[in-house]
Amino acid sequence: MKQHISHEMGMHTEQLAGRTQQRFFSPEEEENFVYPGSFDVDFNKRTELDAGPLDAKQINLKLRELMSQGYGTIVLKNPGAKHGVAVGILNRLQLYIEGSLGYFGCGLIDGPNIRIKGRVGWSCGENMMAGTIIVEKNAGSTFGAALRGGDLVCLGDVGARTGIDMKGGTIIVGGRTGAFSGFMMQRGRMVVLGDAGKNLGDSMYDGTIYVGGKIADLGVDAVPGEMTDLDVAWLNRKLKLYGLETPNGVENMTKIVAGKKLWNYDNLEPSEKKIVL
Amino acid sequence: MCGIAGLIHRRKTGDIGREMTSMLQSLKHRGPDSTGFALYGKPKSDELVMRFKVAEQEEMNKGFDIHDQVKQRKAEVNRRLEELGAKIVEEEPATEYAFRYRMKYDGDRRKLADYIEDVDGAEILSLGHGLELIKDLGDAGRVANQYSLSSFSGTHAIGHTRMATESDVDIRSAHPYWAYPFADVSVVHNGQLTNYWNGRRALERRGHRFMSNCDSELIAVYLADKMEQGAELEDAMRDSIEELDGVFTYLVATSDSLGMAKDTMAAKPMVLYEGDDFIGLASEEVAIRSVFPHEINTFDPYEGEVRVWKSHA
Repeated sequence: MKQHISHEMGMHTEQLAGRTQQRFFSPEEEENFVYPGSFDVDFNKRTELDAGPLDAKQINLKLRELMSQGYGTIVLKNPGAKHGVAVGILNRLQLYIEGSLGYFGCGLIDGPNIRIKGRVGWSCGENMMAGTIIVEKNAGSTFGAALRGGDLVCLGDVGARTGIDMKGGTIIVGGRTGAFSGFMMQRGRMVVLGDAGKNLGDSMYDGTIYVGGKIADLGVDAVPGEMTDLDVAWLNRKLKLYGLETPNGVENMTKIVAGKKLWNYDNLEPSEKKIVL
Repeated sequence: MCGIAGLIHRRKTGDIGREMTSMLQSLKHRGPDSTGFALYGKPKSDELVMRFKVAEQEEMNKGFDIHDQVKQRKAEVNRRLEELGAKIVEEEPATEYAFRYRMKYDGDRRKLADYIEDVDGAEILSLGHGLELIKDLGDAGRVANQYSLSSFSGTHAIGHTRMATESDVDIRSAHPYWAYPFADVSVVHNGQLTNYWNGRRALERRGHRFMSNCDSELIAVYLADKMEQGAELEDAMRDSIEELDGVFTYLVATSDSLGMAKDTMAAKPMVLYEGDDFIGLASEEVAIRSVFPHEINTFDPYEGEVRVWKSHA
């Protein structure tokens, strides 16, 4: 029964860490599976990298070089809000970024745990597959666009279209989020402790959004859902992981799910689809 | 994709020429075609500063007669200014085809602007007590060098790096736009207006002139029209959120204020740093970082948001 509920909530895709692609293989294959471009690192091997004089490509190449040398804990200093930093990391890594990132920071990652002391620009964690990203300040728009797995956390406020097209994983926002958050969301969970802008969950296919503050309005086919004990337990656990809490208690958060009325076109015959589309 | 930036010192003047150059150079990748600055220096109530051009940069490379024509056009501008009763205090050539005049004139500014722009190739880039609008082809570093902007001191500024998508690569289509005929009002914009032609025709019927086919000019003229009817800047900007259709983020500056507005979809980027003495805004944080390399708190303004800051310097 629990497994069924979990499946309904989309929780079967949840993975806090690790490499998501491994679970699609049998245990024997998993042992032998090597991700191209990934490295075996030692968390106890620590180093620092000054990003100040480097451009984004040089920073990313240097990170790869350090990981290839086995460094599992890297402190990146002076990122200077540069774009496309720390992308495409496909192995476990403890990465501490002391400063702010520009656009597309930490995108396409699968496994690392990243903590950012500053702010991030648009599309942080885009297409992230596993691992964690914690942003200590604010985030720009399209935070976690097309997220597939892992936990993406912003302790401050985020911009518009948070979790647009997300396909799994968890987004947690400590403050407020802008308009069209959860737009075309397909799976996964979004937790917003503050207010949510207009058109929340517009055209969402599936997945769950929890909001602690006020919701400006709901988008097309986004409807209130019933909070269950499982929701409350999951929220308590998740928020505790990141030292977050909502002033009114998680049981009083608003749960938003897909009304699934927009799925009607799936029931059409091919000839009917041609007419509709 | 274009880049816009704005800054305002709230309590004192600053090196706004250097600061804006640095911010716009950081945004070069968002638009390399042209760069423009609207810089607000110390205003003199009894003097106007007029920035104008009598040819496009591209024209200077074509034809045998253009250099003589530029001289003739400038002479005609001077003659018309004299005819209107304007007294030129100082003439400063910024380039061979662009000029900065300090002058005394208390007549009808619209009439002056229309008469000067009737000269072949002439376009007034700005006319005001504190505003100086400079725009040309190339990146911020090149334009700042060309017009010697590094030592420009003032209270606030807006700027633009342009990637031409809907109109030509020329000075005429470059931002910022002066809100003709209002002194000291300028606009930069990132986005697309989808009701441009309807809006333009409505404003033209009300007597406003457009110098380009760039949709961004509509915002400047729209705000000017609203203010001409007595609206405060912030109210005019709030109206624009409802009445201008499309995706946009724009910055507007007046003699003592800097404002920003974002459309209801929040589709275009803007990052804001709001300190006690300094406000910085840009399409990307990297531009603000070029002025403030140390760690600061920045955030994205939200959909439909309108903000105005005043300088008390």
